[in-house]
Amino acid sequence: MSKKLISFIDITKSYGDNIVLDELNLYVRENEFITLLGPSGCGKTTTLRILGGFETPDHGRVIFDGKDITCLPPNERNLNTVFQKYALFPHMSIAENIAFGLKIKKKSRDYIEDKIRYALKLVNLEGFGDRSVDSLSGGQQQRIAIARAIVNEPKVLLLDEPLGALDLKLRQDMQYELIRLKNELGITFVYVTHDQEEALTMSDTIVVMNQGYIQQIGTPEMIYNEPVNAFVADFIGDSNILDGIMVQDRVVSVLGVKLPCVDEGFGSNRPVDVVIRPEDVEIVAPEDGFMEGDITSVIFKGVHYELDILVNGYEWLVHTTQLYAVGQHVGIRVIPFNIQIMNKPESEDEEAVEIDA
Amino acid sequence: MRRLMRQLLAGPYLVWIAGFIILPVGVILYYAFTTADGAFTFAHIAAIADPVHVKSILLSLKLGLSCTVVCLLLAYPLAMILSSFRFRHQSFVVFLFILPMWMNFMLRILSWRLILANSGIINALLVRLGFGPVKLLNTPATVVFGMVYDFLPFMILPIYNSMTRIKDDIIEAARDLGAGNLTILAKIIFPLTVSGIISGIIMVFVPALTSFVISDLLGGGKVLLIGNVIEQEFMQGTNWNLGSGLSVVLMIFVIASMAVMNIFDKDGGGAAVW
Repeated sequence: MSKKLISFIDITKSYGDNIVLDELNLYVRENEFITLLGPSGCGKTTTLRILGGFETPDHGRVIFDGKDITCLPPNERNLNTVFQKYALFPHMSIAENIAFGLKIKKKSRDYIEDKIRYALKLVNLEGFGDRSVDSLSGGQQQRIAIARAIVNEPKVLLLDEPLGALDLKLRQDMQYELIRLKNELGITFVYVTHDQEEALTMSDTIVVMNQGYIQQIGTPEMIYNEPVNAFVADFIGDSNILDGIMVQDRVVSVLGVKLPCVDEGFGSNRPVDVVIRPEDVEIVAPEDGFMEGDITSVIFKGVHYELDILVNGYEWLVHTTQLYAVGQHVGIRVIPFNIQIMNKPESEDEEAVEIDA
Repeated sequence: MRRLMRQLLAGPYLVWIAGFIILPVGVILYYAFTTADGAFTFAHIAAIADPVHVKSILLSLKLGLSCTVVCLLLAYPLAMILSSFRFRHQSFVVFLFILPMWMNFMLRILSWRLILANSGIINALLVRLGFGPVKLLNTPATVVFGMVYDFLPFMILPIYNSMTRIKDDIIEAARDLGAGNLTILAKIIFPLTVSGIISGIIMVFVPALTSFVISDLLGGGKVLLIGNVIEQEFMQGTNWNLGSGLSVVLMIFVIASMAVMNIFDKDGGGAAVW
């Protein structure tokens, strides 16, 4: 694995009584696409702004490429930010916007011209140099914001919800653009979003955050398939989260039914959270299932149908490609591998779990 | 039919424009280009060439320019400080700066007359300190001081407005791209506030150029601005024709100065003042 480029060490930040980050520890590897994912107010943007130099942590240090940059102003850091609302300079042309950072670094005119051409080509906006900022659409402005940042050849590109203001189709296109850009440039991307789909599509590593704590760090597959707690499971995709009791290793009791599973080491008769993804629930004949219930609603979602099945007072969310009728009596099964067991959090705030990715 | 109804809505404004703008200007133009007998003449326009009038219009330009420059130098940093305030009472502080505008301006100038008089509070203090009474009133500098005092809010407000329109993330983006404070001021803040500066300059320079009350009260008749000359023609000399002629010339100066400013105003921020 490549070396650590950035380390956050014991970062704490609060605004008045509101603690936004509490002793956050995190590192970013070189050439990694790392995404900070979480609901609004989870501290992800603050983390990014501390890295960018726009906020100073109350405690803790930020190490970048072996140097302590905690107190360095933004203009002296070798990284660039793409802002959520683009933040292009309205009084400059597109070319002048892109040239801004290079002119400050006193690069030669030829060098700047070359860089502008290269950057515009990279974001597929060749020939836009003389246009004004106002004449571009939101998606085009976002590409220019990216071009303006990358011409400075930063070691790290910070992106603060850069696709938040774009419509769905454009957002999906831009996700592929960003992956392509990252591969072509070979630099580190630190990306902030609340959109789990964006995070899953683009990231090498996802950091799920909530209430100033890191909940889980891992690859998209790990985060999706093996969420460490109910928050992560609920935040990443749809989930059935049930109260269960770990009867013994490999046996969990849910809704009064004992199910075989693959998890061990929780002790015996411990209360746990049981997470089952809706696409992992199989619908079978009533007599073949672990439990049986009635379908209460069927919604067509395009690729699949979304069903609600009422079993012993719990409404299961189920995805299936087959059509069932409302009111139909069915059985459900889940293979042991798809049952995720996790410890219940000790309190609402302390959902933090240390995981080494 | 609907179209006609909509056009009728403009009626009251047309009456206003005709009665209170076109008609008075027409009357002034009529007086300016006629003699007392009603015969056509250029004499009253040409009267500006009279050495007394030349001297007063040059003085008006000089004092008006000084006032504008001083206002700009004071207002720009002040507007910057005001707009960078990030606390809840920001609008209250701005309000404090505008508050004096709501007091009768004659009253404000009169009070300065009392403060600056030979027997006023400042001279009383100076005498105590052994600097003897200093002549503070009736000098061109005092007139400029009064003008600055009166017109400063008109410079602060448009500049402050244009500064608050600059979003934080624009500044942060510039910093992120390597810009220090001076570069941000020169390349980002200043270009984005040019329209506010131009509005401010027009709103201060025009009343300063045509002012006569301030020079009357703080200049004590010793500082004769073109406004004072015109006033005298109307109020004392009762030569309305000459007064109108000089007014027309002054109007040409105002229009010319605004046209010059308009060259610098690329995005039309000063257009609101026209």
